[in-house]
Amino acid sequence: MTTILPLQKTLVEAVNLALSHEMRRDESVVILGEDVGVNGGVFRATEGLREEFGVRRVFDTPLAEALIAGIAVGMSTQGLKPVAEIQFMGFIFATVEHIACHASRMRNRTRGRLHCPLVIRAPYGGGIHAPEHHSESTEAMFAHIPGLRVVIPSSPKRAYGLLLSAIRNPDPVLFLEPKRIYRASKQALIDDGESLPLDVCFTLREGSDITLVTWGAMVNDTLKAADQLQQNGIGAEVIDVATIKPLDIETILCSVEKTGRCVIIHEAARSFGVGAEISAQIAERGLFYLKAPIARVTGYDTPMPYYKNEDHYMPSVQDILDSAEQTFDFVRKAS
Amino acid sequence: MALPKQSSLPHSSALHTQQQGMHQHTAAEFSVSYTQYLDSQSRVKGQLPDWAQDLDVLEKFYRMMTLTRLFDKKAIALQRTGQMGTYPSCLGQEAIATGLGYAMQATDVLAPYYRDQATQLIRGVKMEEILLYWGGDERGSEYPSGPSQDLPICVPIATQITHAAGIATAMKIRHEKRVAVTTCGDGATSRGDFYEPLNLAGAWQLPMVILVNNNQWAISVPLEIQTASQTIAQKAIAAGIPGEQVDGNDIIAVYERCHQAIERARSGKGPTLIEAITYRLCDHTTADDATRYRPPEALNQAWKIEPIKRLQTYLHNEGYWNEAKEQALISDCEKKINQAVESYLSTPRQSEQDLFDFLFEETPHAMLEQRQHLLDKVAVQKTATQRPSK
Repeated sequence: MTTILPLQKTLVEAVNLALSHEMRRDESVVILGEDVGVNGGVFRATEGLREEFGVRRVFDTPLAEALIAGIAVGMSTQGLKPVAEIQFMGFIFATVEHIACHASRMRNRTRGRLHCPLVIRAPYGGGIHAPEHHSESTEAMFAHIPGLRVVIPSSPKRAYGLLLSAIRNPDPVLFLEPKRIYRASKQALIDDGESLPLDVCFTLREGSDITLVTWGAMVNDTLKAADQLQQNGIGAEVIDVATIKPLDIETILCSVEKTGRCVIIHEAARSFGVGAEISAQIAERGLFYLKAPIARVTGYDTPMPYYKNEDHYMPSVQDILDSAEQTFDFVRKAS
Repeated sequence: MALPKQSSLPHSSALHTQQQGMHQHTAAEFSVSYTQYLDSQSRVKGQLPDWAQDLDVLEKFYRMMTLTRLFDKKAIALQRTGQMGTYPSCLGQEAIATGLGYAMQATDVLAPYYRDQATQLIRGVKMEEILLYWGGDERGSEYPSGPSQDLPICVPIATQITHAAGIATAMKIRHEKRVAVTTCGDGATSRGDFYEPLNLAGAWQLPMVILVNNNQWAISVPLEIQTASQTIAQKAIAAGIPGEQVDGNDIIAVYERCHQAIERARSGKGPTLIEAITYRLCDHTTADDATRYRPPEALNQAWKIEPIKRLQTYLHNEGYWNEAKEQALISDCEKKINQAVESYLSTPRQSEQDLFDFLFEETPHAMLEQRQHLLDKVAVQKTATQRPSK
């Protein structure tokens, strides 16, 4: 028996590692998308997989996103586990009919006779000076679709463990990869096939004064803000939501019960977003835990600006700090 | 109206001209065939396929078409009397779905749209299940004793074609001798979900057959507004796959061409698009009123070439069919249909938790509270209705 040594991996390399691990373990896993074959994906997430698993399991499709999602639906009803890549989230909209009308409903429509164990992966989010339509964060649109899981990793380890779970899950999963942190840092990873649970939040840092709830690339910024808050004497608890839908509100509520304060941080547009849902659920279930109004640090209700202006749009560490401090310093005025 | 078109002439996709010293030559040529064995007067055109000389086979086809038409009539009656929801009739299009159904093998997979009643019945879907489905009950797509891999009826237009391409991809990956078969209407051929999988089927040479029921209408929009293309079949040629027309009111032509296409796909020779030309004698659905847009003279003309009468006349002329047989068949069909209706109407409503329990393999924790809310609400309603009235 060989010992599996930890490897230093970036987030995108962790995605690759999880894909290859699961393809080796489960013959029904196939990979499809644009440029996923010989080219190994434009971000190299599928690099080397064509060589290892062959053209019948790793194949380039014609350049048609609706087709990619739609054939994944058909393939999955035949017992395959397609992992389809949409090259950028800005191009995902053509897939929505197949995701919303079919993938997420097939089990329900057929009373369990057929189901769609598929994963759609897409790099998402801004901050890498990409062309127009390459930097969107529209997870909330998908979180609104019944029957669909929306999962977002925020570190190499969680990318590895959550992607394994997503592929093994018997229902459809949208797996959004924060491309700004694809190569931001490395983590020691053991390729042991150990998955991480879906449908739960991860508490990354404990604190008793304020709860910071976030996901994706904003997790790193939020952790930085929490470090600075600590220096200012404010203990911040940082929660990575990880599975956007179904939402693990209990973990968030337990934290808010302890801290009495909550700031939600996301890159997506502000209104009608995942932050609004979390905020509503805290208000419904934990209003009297709160010592201050819930705050949101988010992108604006504008299109994701083209890259010269993207720094204006993206929430910064300073924005998180300012909002957290205002929330911490909030004093209820007697009416 | 767009009358059934025959396209037997080859079309040139480039010009044979020489002008101003420039040489142009034909870069590609194609033609679209049209197959008909029984004309609208029930006369045999050319040589019948061997199988069609067996009148027992034709009787089997005739019986299924008749059952379908009577079932369809009953389904409309159920809707009109408030016993079923909106229903899309297949009146006049029975030969297409019947021919296709008998041309498929049980191990093939059907990705249907919503005028494939006969195909589904042939494949083992029960009449009561079709009624249950249009009666607003998901169990109508469960097919517990029917074709377990067939997709449910697809309502969003053309998307089933893409799913069929995915099913065919799975078959190809696994080197299976099976075929994915899908159907759509003429309106569906305007969508990306027609062109994208058609293109893929050619590029990957998928074991797939697409049968277009060209009934001339997409609700109120006639074919000439959908496309300037001389045929729908020729759209396949742009995808690098064979496309052909059949007389969709001639069951012999429909079966023969579907059978050839399906077996061609099974033997690894790739996909085919078949455009079956017919006419929608019915409204789009029971929620539609075609008298608002469909010229009555076109309808009258179309009734003269409809498929069931055509085969009946042929069988009659061959001395194989008579009024007594016809009456016995109708009586047999009505008995079966009435049993199905009885079964449909006596099917108890699903439980309230079934709203939740088939969405995921395991209901996520986050949904349990909503599920309980519904159970509690229904329990209160039941208590209230059980309370004796004053």
